[in-house]
Amino acid sequence: MHDMTACQRGHTLNRQELAADERREKRQILGLSLPAAAIILILLVIPVGWLFALSFVSNGEIGLANYARMVEYSAYLSIFSTTILVSLFVTLLCIVLGYPVAYLLGQLPPRLATIGLAFVIVPFWTSILVRTYAWLVILQRQGIVNDALIGIGLIDEPLRLAHNLTGTIIGMTHVMLPFLVLPLYATVRNIDGDLMRAANNMGASPARAFRDVFLPLSMPGLIAGSLLVFILCLGFYVTPQILGGGRVIMVSMKIQQNVQTYFDWGAGSALGVVLLLIVFAIFYLVHRLAGLDRIFAR
Amino acid sequence: MACSITIRDVRKTYGQFVALDSVSLDIAPGEFLTLLGPSGSGKTTLLMILAGLIRPEAGSITVDGDEILRKPPHLRNIGMVFQNYALFPHMSVGENVGYPLKLRKVGAAERYERAREALKLVQLDHLMDRRINQLSGGQRQRVALARAIVFEPQILLMDEPLSALDKKLREQMQIELKHLHDRLGMTTVYVTHDQREALTMSDRVAVMNHGHILQVAPPRQIYERPSDRFVADFVGESNFLPVEMRDGAAIFGGTALQLAEGQAAGSGNKALLVRPEKLDILSAAPAPEHNPIDGTVEELVYQGETMLIYVTLPGGETIALRRGTRQQALSEMPQVGEPIRLGLHRDDTVLIDEAAHA
Ligand SMILES: Nc1ncnc2c1ncn2[C@@H]1O[C@H](COP(=O)(O)OP(=O)(O)OP(=O)(O)O)[C@@H](O)[C@H]1O
Ligand SMILES: [Mg+2]
Repeated sequence: MHDMTACQRGHTLNRQELAADERREKRQILGLSLPAAAIILILLVIPVGWLFALSFVSNGEIGLANYARMVEYSAYLSIFSTTILVSLFVTLLCIVLGYPVAYLLGQLPPRLATIGLAFVIVPFWTSILVRTYAWLVILQRQGIVNDALIGIGLIDEPLRLAHNLTGTIIGMTHVMLPFLVLPLYATVRNIDGDLMRAANNMGASPARAFRDVFLPLSMPGLIAGSLLVFILCLGFYVTPQILGGGRVIMVSMKIQQNVQTYFDWGAGSALGVVLLLIVFAIFYLVHRLAGLDRIFAR
Repeated sequence: MACSITIRDVRKTYGQFVALDSVSLDIAPGEFLTLLGPSGSGKTTLLMILAGLIRPEAGSITVDGDEILRKPPHLRNIGMVFQNYALFPHMSVGENVGYPLKLRKVGAAERYERAREALKLVQLDHLMDRRINQLSGGQRQRVALARAIVFEPQILLMDEPLSALDKKLREQMQIELKHLHDRLGMTTVYVTHDQREALTMSDRVAVMNHGHILQVAPPRQIYERPSDRFVADFVGESNFLPVEMRDGAAIFGGTALQLAEGQAAGSGNKALLVRPEKLDILSAAPAPEHNPIDGTVEELVYQGETMLIYVTLPGGETIALRRGTRQQALSEMPQVGEPIRLGLHRDDTVLIDEAAHA
């Protein structure tokens, strides 16, 4: 102990070996993630890159023609704004409908919560196509809803619920709801009940404790769920196609039209690229506003 | 200013399991009362019921004569340190401590000042801006403590508020809490596993087991005159020697014991409670007021400030006694295997009902 040189040696002892260990550990981690990286490369990076390249090809010529068209024709602007507005509205509806569901499930004893969760998940087992046609049956002019409303004398004329924006939004909300409820539920379930109790104990009414404690702590799940829903909505095709009755044109439908009707892969790709950029922009915006890393790191 | 609390026949069950079985307790205004009991005995449950966070099946709790059982928790104005701290992870240390003040509409500047004041008391005022997940366990516990006292509640409940601290800091905090209590005079219900803490800090100690309160008394009485075997066993170290009661005399090892006043009553089987530090080693000189107990030294355990000596008695029981470790005492220490004669002063005899040991 009193020997200075021994102390100094002790200080550097094993330094190189420990550093080597750390490097080896890093290599191992890198090695383990290699297969996943390869799959992402093959399934995601290459196709998106291909899409990106294609978007610059128009009538066999390389250039910005596909993008120029989007600026020239105002129809494109309205398609994009419809897509974003419908997606926003559906996301909002999902939050309004899904938050209470997730909250309730979070409060239930585990056994009941599992049963409740099953009801949220079951629709996943039915194809979106089937569910969408089911809504058509329910909402159309001679559908169940209109028949019932006329039957009890509430209305004389059938309401226009399908083949328009209303139908699209009802159908999309139904499909999207689980995507909001599941991540939100996972977060809400993990909020320690004692935190709410502590807030109550310190003098917060139940409403106040919800606002000050529960809501902020549920934010990561809410933001994750909302982002998921919004982004899925942006590219949604089946439900707006069937329930929109041609009155609601979303970007996905335009892409389909370009590719299938006009065989214009370039135009379709360009739309896809813009959609992707919008998604990135939204991620960036949420990140700037809410600090994604801070929220998810907690 | 301080409130009295009256608890009457409070009962709480979880399914078949009885967590609290007709608990009754009177707490005087400004009293420092400690609940002491083994894990699972219902201490936290009782505190939660007082705070209104668990609803009991039956019973009544009044504060200054007013029934509070049906009052919602946020209107009770009772401070509480949760056993698991329950700090808000999305708020900084300062925001956590300031939160009760915010709810009481205290302005930001004053809030900051008072939060700092409370944190200073627990020696954490330098960490006001930290996030909760950047604190050590003991620091979290102290933040929880600061948050419970910052709004100077008239009733303060503390569920093992010092359990995560090292011995030295814990003893400092005990003194701080004691001073705070003297200064503010709030009625305090304190929970601890640590019997020394209970004996040091409390005006009275309530010993609990299996959802019952077994004895409520000042520390000295709890330790010196425990009402039953569980209390005697749980608080402090204890040897129990079987005693037969015959015609008002207590027979141990064939001879009648000299008893302290008021100990002779009763009949049937009893046990003599012997605390290790109450035993003397008898020398050759006669000691007329001591009950002699003969045995053989079995083992010596050095524990720093004291030495524990295990002695086997002819009846097969082992009892322990404690000696200080001054050099002189150490040199006179008996050796393993040697015969030894112990003496228990008659004023230190305590008889415990064996039947009470359920
Ligand atoms: N929600 C619950 N459901 C079922 N049993 C419970 C529940 N909460 C507590 N208990 C039981 O009630 C009993 C008393 O619990 P309590 O938390 O009051 O014990 P405690 O005295 O505070 O123990 P510790 O010293 O370990 O904190 C325990 O046996 C516990 O298992
Ligand atoms: Mg407890």
